[in-house]
Amino acid sequence: ELDKMQVLRLCSTKWPVCFISIPDLGHLFSVLKYLNRWYKEDGVRFFSVVPSDRVRDNKSCVEPALALLEQLVRAGGLAELLWEQCEPRAGGPCADVLLGLLVGLPDRVGNRLRGRAPGALLPRGYFALLGGAVLQALSSLPGGSDCSVSFVSQVVGKVCVHGGQKEILGVLVPQLTELTQSDCIWQRICWRLVESVPDRWMEAVLLGFVQNALSRLLGNLVVKNKKAQFVMTQKLLLLQYGYTTAVLQNVLGYLSLDNLRRALLIKVLQELLETWGSSSAVRHSPVEQQLYISKAILICLSHLKESEIESCRQELLTNMMAGVKCHLDSSLPQIRRLGMIVAESVSVRINTDGPVLKFQVTEAALPGELEAVEKPQTATQGVPEEESDTELDSDDDLVPYDMSEDKEIKSTKAPVYIRDCIEVLTGSDDVHKWDATIKALEGLIRKNPAATREVSVELAKILLHVEEKSCIEGFAVLRQKAQVAVLTTDPIPVAQYLTSQFYSLNYSLRQRMDILDVLVLAAQEMSSPKFYGKNKPSNAQKPCIQLLPESSSSKGWRQIVDERIKSKTRRLQFSLGQGQSQAETDAGPNEFNSVAGHFFFPLIQNFDRPLSTFDLLGEDHFVLGRLVHTLAILMYLAASVVTPMGKALLEFVWALRFHTDAYVRQGLLSCISSVLLSVPAAHLLEDVAEVLVETRCWLADVVEKDPDGDCRRLALQNLLLMENLKKKLETAPS
Amino acid sequence: MALPPPDPRFVLRGTTAAVHTLHFSCGGQEPDFPILFSGSESGFVHVWNLKTRRVETALDGHGRKSVYWVETMGAKDRLLSQGRDQRICLWDLAEGRTSVTDSVFTENVGFCRCSLLKVAQERWLMAMAAKSLEEVQVLELPSKTSVCTLKPEVGAKLGMPMCLKLWQLDTGSQPWLLAGYEDGSVSLWNLSMGKVWSQLVCHQEPVMSLDFDSEKAKGISGSSEKVLSIWSLNEQQNLQVHKTHELINSGISDITIRSDKKILATAGWDHRIRIFGWKKMKPLAVLDYHTATVHCVAFSDHRNPSERLLAAGSKDHRISVWSIYAQT
Repeated sequence: ELDKMQVLRLCSTKWPVCFISIPDLGHLFSVLKYLNRWYKEDGVRFFSVVPSDRVRDNKSCVEPALALLEQLVRAGGLAELLWEQCEPRAGGPCADVLLGLLVGLPDRVGNRLRGRAPGALLPRGYFALLGGAVLQALSSLPGGSDCSVSFVSQVVGKVCVHGGQKEILGVLVPQLTELTQSDCIWQRICWRLVESVPDRWMEAVLLGFVQNALSRLLGNLVVKNKKAQFVMTQKLLLLQYGYTTAVLQNVLGYLSLDNLRRALLIKVLQELLETWGSSSAVRHSPVEQQLYISKAILICLSHLKESEIESCRQELLTNMMAGVKCHLDSSLPQIRRLGMIVAESVSVRINTDGPVLKFQVTEAALPGELEAVEKPQTATQGVPEEESDTELDSDDDLVPYDMSEDKEIKSTKAPVYIRDCIEVLTGSDDVHKWDATIKALEGLIRKNPAATREVSVELAKILLHVEEKSCIEGFAVLRQKAQVAVLTTDPIPVAQYLTSQFYSLNYSLRQRMDILDVLVLAAQEMSSPKFYGKNKPSNAQKPCIQLLPESSSSKGWRQIVDERIKSKTRRLQFSLGQGQSQAETDAGPNEFNSVAGHFFFPLIQNFDRPLSTFDLLGEDHFVLGRLVHTLAILMYLAASVVTPMGKALLEFVWALRFHTDAYVRQGLLSCISSVLLSVPAAHLLEDVAEVLVETRCWLADVVEKDPDGDCRRLALQNLLLMENLKKKLETAPS
Repeated sequence: MALPPPDPRFVLRGTTAAVHTLHFSCGGQEPDFPILFSGSESGFVHVWNLKTRRVETALDGHGRKSVYWVETMGAKDRLLSQGRDQRICLWDLAEGRTSVTDSVFTENVGFCRCSLLKVAQERWLMAMAAKSLEEVQVLELPSKTSVCTLKPEVGAKLGMPMCLKLWQLDTGSQPWLLAGYEDGSVSLWNLSMGKVWSQLVCHQEPVMSLDFDSEKAKGISGSSEKVLSIWSLNEQQNLQVHKTHELINSGISDITIRSDKKILATAGWDHRIRIFGWKKMKPLAVLDYHTATVHCVAFSDHRNPSERLLAAGSKDHRISVWSIYAQT
């Protein structure tokens, strides 16, 4: 046995060497014991020795010291230290220092050794060992009612805050979960352990616990501890949204398991619904967070009892109604869907006797995660019915073929002339005939461009106003196809008509959006290379009789030229050959180019002039979003002759850039992409350089601050496009 | 994902008129070739060689009036054909002959196909619509002696017989006749007593076609409506509705159960052939090839089941031949 003075002397001078000379482990612990007492009395030296000045340059000192330290940590020295601190009379000023040393040891060793530290002294290994030590210390708590686990709690808390949460709780929590399962003493110890964690570290500890069986581990912590309550009921649910559904279920399940806590659960539901129903939150928070909150609401609902909901029905109802309104108002389909699903579930719970909200949400439209939330509820409702129909005498060995093509056959004859169609669509009461007409119309228009041109605007008008008479399948698509066909056949007058109608009175939003869709589809069709020649206006416009030889000779002319070119050109067959053939099929002028202005400018003109029934900048922002997207597409399709269009569009974007609706902002960002892609770089610099610089600042801002993920991504893409443009201009010879 | 329905194995063209009836004769041994008889609107009976898929002979015996029933009597060289000239002809086709050896003048103006049943060696019964509108006459062939005339009770108002099916439980037992009438009812006639045994209203419209499975005592009928009616005979030989099967499009012109009683085929006015499992009426396939009403369907009588074929004749002048569920 060494006596205290010996140890002190050795430690103060060349302590590492003296430790090495200690013959066995038993001695080591006695040294440790002395040390413990010693630093309680005289201040601490023990752990601070390693990086101390005295040995800093002395390798021969450092390494043995390190080996010793590692041995100490591995052999359970930590547990002993913790245990001693649990004794009733422990504590005092040096406890704080010890705490700092215990938690900071890996950092100190790491700083000193720069990566050469042994495994047990690296954060990962060390904190795991510390976790084991905590358990060990707790399992043999000193007797007596006044022992205290507060030092241990502090260690756990501080480690969690210092980034060792995963390691230490990874050891602690599973063990505690197991121990508390049947042992109520352990349960109390565990509750005390968590309760004693200082407030400033509480959050970090709790977040580590939420993956597990909370109720057993935490007890009624949320009721006793304000900080814990805040973390569990506010921070985890309303402020953060990165946790998995399992965590949510855990937290809310924990709240529901005790009567004291259930009051909190109702409060939580009210707060969740309030957030869910706040129009500002719907508009400004990211979709992911809204999904998270919706999940929480559904879980809450499944935990609450009828009587509990009864107590606050009125408030829930108010919040829900507000929420439905602003969700349905949103232009993002996910948000609308979320709104419908949550509102349905809430209304089922609060209106037990009255009418219940019911939206036409298809099962497939349910976001996957929400489905997962709803599943456990339905799974408890009963085992799915088993098929009782197990008759042996069946046709099972005969496998049916696909019979989806087996549809009803209609016998009514479709009209053959365009004017007949107009007659049927405007005045006929014969539903079958009407059906057949709608179905045949697109084909007729495409086959008879000349006849169509005579009545194009009238036809466009009828198609814009025509409404579904019978339940014909795909009516909207058929009508749209016909509209597109009219527009491509006679682009200028029809585009003028449609764009003028877009801003006129007495149309439904649906019709206005139809106009936009038709414009886009027609533009797409006309700009695709296949369109050229299929519908040549020059041929059909001539009312003269076409002579057969003429067309054949013109064909021959083309052939002859092609052949001559072929014979005079030597071709490099490899590599070039392929590109050539492709170019041949793809070539053809962009028919949309010449009429793009008729599509584009009337649309961009009047957006800021509200009508009595139509206010683009006000509540009809969904149509505005569609309009902006449409403009982006038109711009892109018009390609390369569009400098004035680009300029106008950039100004338009500038005027709307702070719009609150994410869908509109997405459209605006697409507009910028279109401009960057379509307008030749040189023109961009010449005409709109200043606007571009401004736009760039805005984009940078969006990338950083926009709450919508898609907006951020689009803005980033735009910035990249700009960067590429810059590079191109730099490399090009000036 | 279910397989797409198969295409026809081959298509026989060249009748130059709508095809109204089909009958296979494929049971012969080599070097006999399988044969398909077809009766067309132009009055010809075409004899198709299924090996070469060409017409062997075209029989002209009904004065260019539509032929709407053909059937062989025992061997393939003895053929019965019924035409709109109100005659039923017996053809001798042996050794390349193409002559009418015998004929029956029915004096009936309807469209009711005859039904033939072999009751003993060289003895057949044939049911046919008779001269008087509501009557059915049963003859013994080849002697042509009248066995009985089946008259509905006075005031029954069944209308004309539309389709007939002679059957017996096994050879030697007494024959029965199932007849579908214009008013949509199906009657079971007891031939020896010459009176209706049981009657069932299956449809609102005239019964266009019926077939019967004597093993399961279950039958099926179709009309111009959208439903197939499946009915059965109970122990007392009374007809009762088993179930109905809703179709997509209305109008059935022919129904045939395959001889192994596993599947059945219907010929639809909607240009489509439909295949069902017979046990539970499970829809199996919809064969969409023809461009006009399908008039008739027939299953072949190949000895080797895997060679079995299905043929359908249509108003579009074509006969489509399919190989479907031949393995099962």
